[in-house]
Amino acid sequence: MRARVLVVDDDPALSEMLGIVLRGEGFEPVFCADGVRAMGVFRETKPDLVLLDLMLPGQGGIDVCRQLRAESGVPIVMLTAKTDTVDVVLGLESGADDYIVKPFKPKELVARIRTRLRRESSPAPERLAIGNLVIDVAGHLVTREGQPINLTPLEFDLLVALARKPWQVFTREVLLEQVWGYRHAADTRLVNVHVQRLRSKIEHDPEKPEIVVTVRGVGYKAGVTPSS
Amino acid sequence: MSAVGIGALRARAVARQASGNVSHVWRRSIHLRVVVTTLLLSLAVVVILGYALLSRVTAGLLDASERSAVDEARAAQSDAQTQINAAAQTDAVSLANLLNQITDELATRAGSPPRYQVVLLRSSASLSNVQTQFQSGDVNPASVPSALRASVQASNLESYTFTEIRYLDTTPAVPGLVVGAPLNVPGLGTYELYYLFPLTFEQDTLNLVQRLLFIAGAVIVLLLGAIAWLVTRQVVSPVRMAARTAERFSAGRLEERMAVEGEDDLSRLATSFNQMASSLQRQIRQLEDLSRVQRRFVSDVSHELRTPLTTVRMAADVLHENRAEFDPATARAAELLQTQLDRFEALLSDLLEISRYDAGAAVLDIESIDVRDVVRRVADATEPLAQRRMAEVRLDLPKQRCLVEADPRRVERILRNLFVNAIEHSEGRPVDVRVRGDHDAMAIVVRDHGAGLRPGEASLVFNRFWRADPARARTTGGTGLGLSIALEDARLHGGWLEAWGQPGDGAQFRLTLPRRAGVQMASSPLPLEPPDARADRRVPLSVGGRVRTPDA
Repeated sequence: MRARVLVVDDDPALSEMLGIVLRGEGFEPVFCADGVRAMGVFRETKPDLVLLDLMLPGQGGIDVCRQLRAESGVPIVMLTAKTDTVDVVLGLESGADDYIVKPFKPKELVARIRTRLRRESSPAPERLAIGNLVIDVAGHLVTREGQPINLTPLEFDLLVALARKPWQVFTREVLLEQVWGYRHAADTRLVNVHVQRLRSKIEHDPEKPEIVVTVRGVGYKAGVTPSS
Repeated sequence: MSAVGIGALRARAVARQASGNVSHVWRRSIHLRVVVTTLLLSLAVVVILGYALLSRVTAGLLDASERSAVDEARAAQSDAQTQINAAAQTDAVSLANLLNQITDELATRAGSPPRYQVVLLRSSASLSNVQTQFQSGDVNPASVPSALRASVQASNLESYTFTEIRYLDTTPAVPGLVVGAPLNVPGLGTYELYYLFPLTFEQDTLNLVQRLLFIAGAVIVLLLGAIAWLVTRQVVSPVRMAARTAERFSAGRLEERMAVEGEDDLSRLATSFNQMASSLQRQIRQLEDLSRVQRRFVSDVSHELRTPLTTVRMAADVLHENRAEFDPATARAAELLQTQLDRFEALLSDLLEISRYDAGAAVLDIESIDVRDVVRRVADATEPLAQRRMAEVRLDLPKQRCLVEADPRRVERILRNLFVNAIEHSEGRPVDVRVRGDHDAMAIVVRDHGAGLRPGEASLVFNRFWRADPARARTTGGTGLGLSIALEDARLHGGWLEAWGQPGDGAQFRLTLPRRAGVQMASSPLPLEPPDARADRRVPLSVGGRVRTPDA
C-alpha cells in the first residue's frame, strides 16, 4: 500500500517538485497551499505523514503543527529555511518530530520520511516501569497510577528506549539512531527538545527531572525506579 | 624580631602609605596644586617684605636716638671736665666727693622718669682707698661692656654701643644705648663717664610693628589663598563637568551634552564638545540602523533564496537520477548541474553564515560537550575522503574526559574544516590529530605533512576566498570561506584558531577553546609549532592566526 504524504507548502513550484519526487519514490502526495485549509484537508485525506512548511501565509506553520498535534500522532516533518536554534526549537516544541532545512537533498528527505513511517510497526507485548510510570509498549500507552499520559509516538519511543535499559547512559547520537532511525550525524538538538517535551509531560518538576536524568557531557538515562 | 623593630617597620609602612596618598591627591587635583603654590609663594613674598620693612623701621628709630644720646653725653662730659678742672681740692676723699656730686647732678638732669643713668668708672685698678665707681639710680655698672671701655680708654674720644642695661634691684634688664667718654681727674687718674640710655620705648614700638606686620602678613597670605581657590574653581569646575559629561557619553549615554553658558573659552569648549557628541551620536545611530537593515536583509534573503533553490535542487536531482535515459550530452549536463548546484548551495550557506557574523547576529548555543566525541565523529564523517586520498588520520586523545562549554555544531564545523583541509593537503602522508587540556583551556591540533605554507601565508590563510594554490581543483567543492567561518566560530567562543606552516614540512592548525564560557585564556595546552617540525630553517617559518585578542 502506498503511503500518503500531505504536503503543506505555499510555493507552487516547490510543491509540484516535491510531488514529482515523492511519486517517483512510491508515495502518494496530496497538497495544501495554505495553513487555514490544512486541518480540513488533513481530516479529509488522513495522510500517513505530513510535510509542513514553517512559513505559511494565513496561519503560520507553527499553529498548524499545534493543531495537528492536538488531534493526532501522525509524524510531522517541518520544512524550514531557518537554522537558528530558536526557530528549530519552536517548531519541535509545537509538535514536529523532525525538521529539514531548505535547500535539502531530496534523497535525504525521502530517507527521513521512510524512517518515520517505518517506526509505525507494532512490537511484541511488553510492560516496562520507569519512575512511577507504567508503559504498555504494544498498546502505546503510558500510565501513572492508572491515569494515561498523552505522548506522541516519538516521545513514547524515547521513553521506551530509556526504560528498556535503565542502567545505561544513552548519548544523543545513540538516541538519534535508536529512536529517530538516523544512522549518520543528524541534529542533536532534536534529542534535546524532545527530552524537554517528554519531561514537561511526565515529570513532577521538569526543572528537577527524576525520570529522565541528564548525565553532563554524555547524554541521558532513566532515573532510579522505586521498587514496587 | 623585637617589638621596637616591628613598631618601626609599621611606622615606616604607615608613613609610606601616607606619603603615597598625599602625592596621589596632589597629582589628581589642579585646585590643590594652585592653592598650595599660591600660599607658599605669597608666604615667601610677605616674609621678605616684612623683614625689609622691619629693618627700615628699626634703623629709622634707632638713628634718632643715637644722635640725641651722643650729643647729650658730649655736653655732659665737657661740663664735668670743666668742673673737675676748676676744682681746687686735690686729696682723694674730696675728689671722690666731687665726683659723686657731679654724678648726682648729671643724674638729676635726666629728669623723671630718668632718660638715662650715669656711671663713672675708673680706668685702671686703683689704690685701695679710692672709689672706683659711681652710679646713679640702681643701674648695674657691669652693664657697660668691656669692649666699649677698651674703646673709650684707647681713643680718648666718645664711643657708644648698644647693649643690655642691667639693674641691681629687681627691675628687668632692658636693651639700651651706652655712650662713654674719658674724664681726666688730676690726682685720681683717668675716669670714664658713661651715659646709659634705656631704649624701652623704641623696643616697645618695634615689638608693636612686628606684631602688626605678622598679623597683616598672615591675613594677606590666607586671603590670597582663598582668592586663588575661588579663581581656580571658576576654571576647574567647568573642566570637571566636561570630564564627567565626556565619561557618561563614552559609557554609552549618547544624548549627554554640556551646558553652554556665556561666550568665553570654556563655552567654546562646551559648544565644540556638543557638536562632536552630536556627530558621533548620529554616526553611531546610522551604523546601528545599517546593521539592523543588514540583518533583516540576511534573514529575508535567506528565506527567499532557499525555496526556489530547493525546487531547483529537486529538479536537478530528478534529472540526475534519470540521466541514463538521456543522450550522452544531456546526461553530462545533468551531472554538471548536480555538482555545481552542490557548490552553489555550499557557497550560499557559507555566505549567509559570514554575513551573520558581520552583522553581529551570530548566536552561541552552549552545551557541555566532550571534545573527544566531536573529534571521533568528525573523523568518522571524513573517513571516506581520507580513504580516497590515502591519508591515514591518527588520533591522539587523552584517557580522561575533555569537557568544554561550547556550541557543538560550531566546534564540529571548525574541526570538519580542519580535517578536510589537512586530508586534502596531506599528499598521501598521515594526518595527526591531538587533543590536550589544562585547567582553563582545551587545545586540538591537526597536523598534516604536505606541502606546507610559505612565509606569511599562515595569516593569509584565514582570509576570505584565499587559496594557497588558485589553480588547484577542489574535489569537495570548497567555498574558500571555510577557514574564515572557522575563525569566527572560534572567536565567538572567546577561543583562538591559529596556523603554523613550513614549506615542505606541512602545516598545523591549533584550535584553543576556554573550558568555561567567558573565561579569558592566558595560554594554550599545546604548542603551535609541532614538536616534530624540522629543525633546519633554511626557509623562514610561517606563523599566523589573528585570533589572539578578541577584537583584533
